[in-house]
Amino acid sequence: MDFKNKDVISINDFSKEDLLHILKVARTMEGRRDTLLKGKILATLFFEPSTRTRLSFASAMEGLGGKVLGFDSAAASSFEKGETIWDTAKMVEKYCDVIVLRNPIEGSARLVAEASSKPVINAGDGANQHPTQTLLDLYTIEKVKHKLDNLHIGILGDLKYGRTVHSLTTALSHFKPVLYFIAPPALQMPQTYLDELEKKGIKFIIESNLMKVSKKLDILYVTRIQKERFPDPIEYEKYKGFYKLDTSLLSHIKKDLKIMHPLPRVDEIDRSLDETEHAVYFEQAANGIPIRKALLALVLGKAT
Amino acid sequence: MKKEVSISAIKDGTVIDHIPSNATFKVIDTLDLKGIRGIISAATNLKSKKMGKKGIIKISEKYLTQDEVNKIAIIAPDASVNIIENYNVKKKLQVSIPQTIHKAIKCSNPNCITNVEKIPGKFDVLKKDPVKVRCLYCERDMDKEDIVIL
Ligand SMILES: [Zn+2]
Repeated sequence: MDFKNKDVISINDFSKEDLLHILKVARTMEGRRDTLLKGKILATLFFEPSTRTRLSFASAMEGLGGKVLGFDSAAASSFEKGETIWDTAKMVEKYCDVIVLRNPIEGSARLVAEASSKPVINAGDGANQHPTQTLLDLYTIEKVKHKLDNLHIGILGDLKYGRTVHSLTTALSHFKPVLYFIAPPALQMPQTYLDELEKKGIKFIIESNLMKVSKKLDILYVTRIQKERFPDPIEYEKYKGFYKLDTSLLSHIKKDLKIMHPLPRVDEIDRSLDETEHAVYFEQAANGIPIRKALLALVLGKAT
Repeated sequence: MKKEVSISAIKDGTVIDHIPSNATFKVIDTLDLKGIRGIISAATNLKSKKMGKKGIIKISEKYLTQDEVNKIAIIAPDASVNIIENYNVKKKLQVSIPQTIHKAIKCSNPNCITNVEKIPGKFDVLKKDPVKVRCLYCERDMDKEDIVIL
């Protein structure tokens, strides 16, 4: 498996073996600070704000001795008007060794990868993909459960529009999980993902009430549920209680349930849960560093 | 079998029959025939028992390959393609949907980079009957009814 010069655009491009290999390399990157990527330059092109993701990539690159240049959304808005993203990529590739791109237009990362001879890592292209998030989610699950196979995993929140939960579902389908999709009917998992699971023989349960399935879960992955997504405010009132977790949940779960969240949260997880051993969402965010270090080192040919 | 007069009217080349009438010029476009030297004649709004109205394209001195024929599968799935040599039908080619489609169709996602920056699309064919494709850029799936032919 040679990742040198490979692009990281979509979780759909990776086989199970690829995913496991990236996780393996990430384990060697825990706490690592040295000069592995000395002399290499990362360009971060952020056409919309995502400070956490950008800092995480910058920290990974600089932690391995590389340099970072780039722009965030403020500078992007002053970017030459009318310049296509293709032209931007053609210019930037001359300045750097690897590109990290975030752009709200879906498919933009694939186009930049076609334009650039340097490897491109997608840090979010609109509603489509954010593969480093998915990888750090897998990494976290493996770390807290010491395995990936045969887990009972609940995914809660806006499953209809949530990019994160779609990619996670695809990635998990390699590992024979039982999936519990917990959302009000109007925000349930789109049929096309359910069809794919069925085709792969993955067992899944559709549920609107967390309490009905909470005792079965090894992992509960919580995402934000936005009031504006509900077609009917009355329906929101009816369901909102189910999707705000607090310590009352604790008597309805397995002792070793781990709760994840891609962050930032609004009010779907009460801070009273933060100090319990179930909460792993801050650890999850920190896992972005070894995953991004691993990807940068792999695509730059400095790790195998 | 009754042969149409128009089919035998070229000496050597390719005749594409049973094109949906309104797709006739799109077929010419998709096949990128502008550069070729031989005579190209096209007719639309011909009466057809099977299709109501249909189009025919005759291309002299050019033998389409199976790969070229497959390019028109989405816009003219029932087209019949005859390779003509010395006024006779030498070979019949079946239109079949290829694994990937370039150009020809448009992604239905308005926020897709192919629509925002007006670049030609690329699609993976997930299923052939009924046809289902996935945009290689934004990764959205399109069913037959969502497919817009350019
Ligand atoms: Zn698209």
